[in-house]
Amino acid sequence: MKVKVISRSADEFTKERSQDLQRVFRNFDPSIRTQEKAVEYVRAQNAAKLDKIFARPFVGAMEGHIDSISCMAKNPNHLTGIFSGSMDGEIRLWNLASRRTVCRFPGHKGAVQGLTVSTDGHVLVSCGTDSTIRLWGVPVSNLLEEDVSSDKSAEPRETYVWKNAFRSVDHQWNSDRFATGGAGVDIWNHNRSAPEQSYQWGTDTVVSVRFNPGEPDILATSASDRSIALYDLRMGKPTSKFIMRTRTNSICWNPMEPINFTAANEDSNCYSFDCRKFGEATCVHMDHVSAVMDIDYSPTGREFVTGSYDRTVMIFPYNAGHKREIYHTKRMQRVFCVKYSCDGSYVISGSDDTNLRLWKSKASEQLGVLLPREQKKHEYHEAVKNRYKHLPEVKRIVRHRHLPKPIYKAGKQIREQNESQRKKHEKRKAHSAPGSIVQEPLRKRKIIKVE
Amino acid sequence: MGVKQDGGTIDIVPAMEQEKISDELDKRVKKFLRGAEANLEGLKDKKLKGQLAVREELYGKSAHAAAKAEKWLLPSEGGYLETEGIEKTWMIKQESIAREVDILSSRSQYDIVLPDLGPYTLDFTSSGRYMAVGGRKGHLAILDMKNMSLIREIQVRETVRDVAFLHNELFFAAAQKKYPYIYNRDGTELHCLKEHGAVLRLQFLKNHFLLASVNKFGHLRYQDVTMGRMIGSYRTGLGRTDVMQVNPYNGVVALGHSGGKVSMWKPTSSAPLLQRLCHKGPISAMAFHPNGHLMATAGKEKKIMLWDLRKLQDEPIQTLPGHASTLDFSQKGLLARGCNSYVQILGDFSGSQNYENYMGHGMIKGYQIGKVLFRPYEDVLGIGHSMGWSSILIPGSGEPNFDTWVANPFETSKQRREKEVHSLLDKLPPETIMLNPTELGTVKTQRRKEKRTKEEKEAEMEAALEAVKGIEPKKKTKGRNKPSKRAKKKQEMIVSAKRPFLEQQKKEEEQATRKKQKVSEQVEQPTALQRFVRKKAAT
Repeated sequence: MKVKVISRSADEFTKERSQDLQRVFRNFDPSIRTQEKAVEYVRAQNAAKLDKIFARPFVGAMEGHIDSISCMAKNPNHLTGIFSGSMDGEIRLWNLASRRTVCRFPGHKGAVQGLTVSTDGHVLVSCGTDSTIRLWGVPVSNLLEEDVSSDKSAEPRETYVWKNAFRSVDHQWNSDRFATGGAGVDIWNHNRSAPEQSYQWGTDTVVSVRFNPGEPDILATSASDRSIALYDLRMGKPTSKFIMRTRTNSICWNPMEPINFTAANEDSNCYSFDCRKFGEATCVHMDHVSAVMDIDYSPTGREFVTGSYDRTVMIFPYNAGHKREIYHTKRMQRVFCVKYSCDGSYVISGSDDTNLRLWKSKASEQLGVLLPREQKKHEYHEAVKNRYKHLPEVKRIVRHRHLPKPIYKAGKQIREQNESQRKKHEKRKAHSAPGSIVQEPLRKRKIIKVE
Repeated sequence: MGVKQDGGTIDIVPAMEQEKISDELDKRVKKFLRGAEANLEGLKDKKLKGQLAVREELYGKSAHAAAKAEKWLLPSEGGYLETEGIEKTWMIKQESIAREVDILSSRSQYDIVLPDLGPYTLDFTSSGRYMAVGGRKGHLAILDMKNMSLIREIQVRETVRDVAFLHNELFFAAAQKKYPYIYNRDGTELHCLKEHGAVLRLQFLKNHFLLASVNKFGHLRYQDVTMGRMIGSYRTGLGRTDVMQVNPYNGVVALGHSGGKVSMWKPTSSAPLLQRLCHKGPISAMAFHPNGHLMATAGKEKKIMLWDLRKLQDEPIQTLPGHASTLDFSQKGLLARGCNSYVQILGDFSGSQNYENYMGHGMIKGYQIGKVLFRPYEDVLGIGHSMGWSSILIPGSGEPNFDTWVANPFETSKQRREKEVHSLLDKLPPETIMLNPTELGTVKTQRRKEKRTKEEKEAEMEAALEAVKGIEPKKKTKGRNKPSKRAKKKQEMIVSAKRPFLEQQKKEEEQATRKKQKVSEQVEQPTALQRFVRKKAAT
């Protein structure tokens, strides 16, 4: 007869000395843990509630400008610095960690309409309504010191005067060239006082200009004739153009998938396009109630932030039709520019009330260095919330956002309008010959012509 | 799985063995999969389909990882009893086991004789380390089974009918003569639960922190022990019963009644979830298998029946002969049956849910067995009888590997405190108790039958008419086959085919007009006719 009985020796299962770690034994057998789904559901509810309790997205405001902020620029090599230009011509360099001005760049006589930094971070290019382009040297060492007084001001290295006011500027990757948008698209070099190349397609002003981060010779522009055009600098000619129903205020390329870009439009939607297929948008992002003024992608390429004329900042996932997050404050007026910080954790908005505001991109994120156990706990909470977020109790908590009354009402109105349009269309379809009334998808409807 | 070396391939594991390993791993993987793969063919939403496909793949990977961990990383192995030659397992006595087994384990075999204080009932904590003992004449005690020491004993000088631990060893409840009381580990009386009345049986639902009790009048009560709120108090209507068990799989409380009925209850409804006639005589004992699929019931007509709870057929899976005043399932699925002074252990070794005799233990004649309970995570069976309590070794009954975060027999006080807080955060609301706990989070299918559209109804009528017209009437002879009569017969057949459809239409129209009438009756009638207006029943 062979017998064996369970016998555990205490040495294996208890710790020898008080400074030893307690050993943890796992048995993943589902039969020893009962009602797993219900426990997970309760944990999802608790995770959603905790998320809401810890949601404090506003970090701080940077004040100093005396007029509304029109543009911002960031450089990936310096995470803590951001440039902002205002409507009275003042440009400032801010340190995000201390939220103080590091350096001022006075000089522009009118509004600063575009700011961009060269790839190595040493040269700041600014353009404005006074028809000038100014190149400034960036004080790199000062950026690293945290407590620096804000009285430093710099002189422009170069000032190039041109024939027309400029609306936007963007720098080419790893090169000395930058492009401006005004009457047409001009390609400049740091050392020349006149543009190397000039393109004109149509007679309308070019409102925004963006170089592709993956293919440095490709340029996307948007003009006030409601068009978006692609230029290729190697071929020396504009490549393609399509016209939409309303004007695009700003464009941003997806840094992780450089064939895609998203356009922030006047009709309160953002449209994502694949630059190879201009006939239709890949996604329509709808949630703003007023014109979208600016857009910037996160360095992960998975979400983007938009600032709109309706006084809110929204964060959208790159492939979803609706927002993930909305930020608003009573004191924040029309948002004219937004930037996603280069580490993907923060969002900076510049608005009409002369302040730059720093927000967390994930509202309930714990900042600072997390222990691995804390990190695992946060990941678990995210995962369990995602598993049950379709159930009504959890969905109600996860989706809830407090909106200011005007935005809530405007949103409701827009939904009602869309709903009534849809019903009308359904009825027309139902009362006419099958197949005679065809509605194009929204992605195609907004594009009028492709050239 | 092979390893390529210079100069030809040399497999470290030969092909046959590789197959065996992968088969074994597949079986284990199935255990961790928690159901079949979802069928994503019917989904039209491509984005959702892609996301779900990724998730399904992740589930497969995690089940695979868990299977590998189970195979290689678990510290302990289970117990077993193997006989050689003509020996049978049920002939082996506890003394022979004691000789073969190490000293530490043989300490678990003992008899404690306390003849004056009445039949004893016992309860273990979920980790199996602490035991609460209650004698009928008022003796309550808590023991630490690891050190075999008595923590505290008190004499309450009242009848004690049942003992139950709450969520950990610090609190236990005793069903005393008039009311149940909750005591501390030090024996201090913490609460007197007056609302319950004279309780016969107590059960604690771990995940929900609910104390369930059934009293002398057959009233079932659920009380939340965290805040003291009474969740439900229901009159079962089936009389006095002292057979009550909780199904650990879904948290449902089952009562066995003197008419042979088994009823299952949940705290949020006053009607039972399920009522089945299981036995011809009164039910004397009940037990649930930890996986939630098997229920064993014993009736006073000397029959023990095993039921499959998933299928709920009219016939039990297996019927065994014999009395049982108490039944219990172990973690590994062994069934213990106690009657008079004999304990029989039955086991299902072929995997086909066919229980056969495994072991037995006879106590001194005169010791009436009141309760048998397997100790969790140990190969030990605790027996409470009229002269005290005993403990015997049953190899292969306990789960050898515990999970620190589920139940830890080597818990320190710090771990116990943390676990208490975590389990309170994970406390399930009483609404989550249902017969099938995997239903949570699923989509409810539409109950209402879809109304057939007008076209479908017309199509049906036409089809019936065609069928009738196609039938050839019988040719009659002797002058009865006149054409006028044939035509009349055909007309009659068509009318009788149409009649059910027309009647259905008429009924629906009547209902519609009645509804319209009801709505129009809201119109104000002149005052003289007010008394004839149909009044709505007061809500």
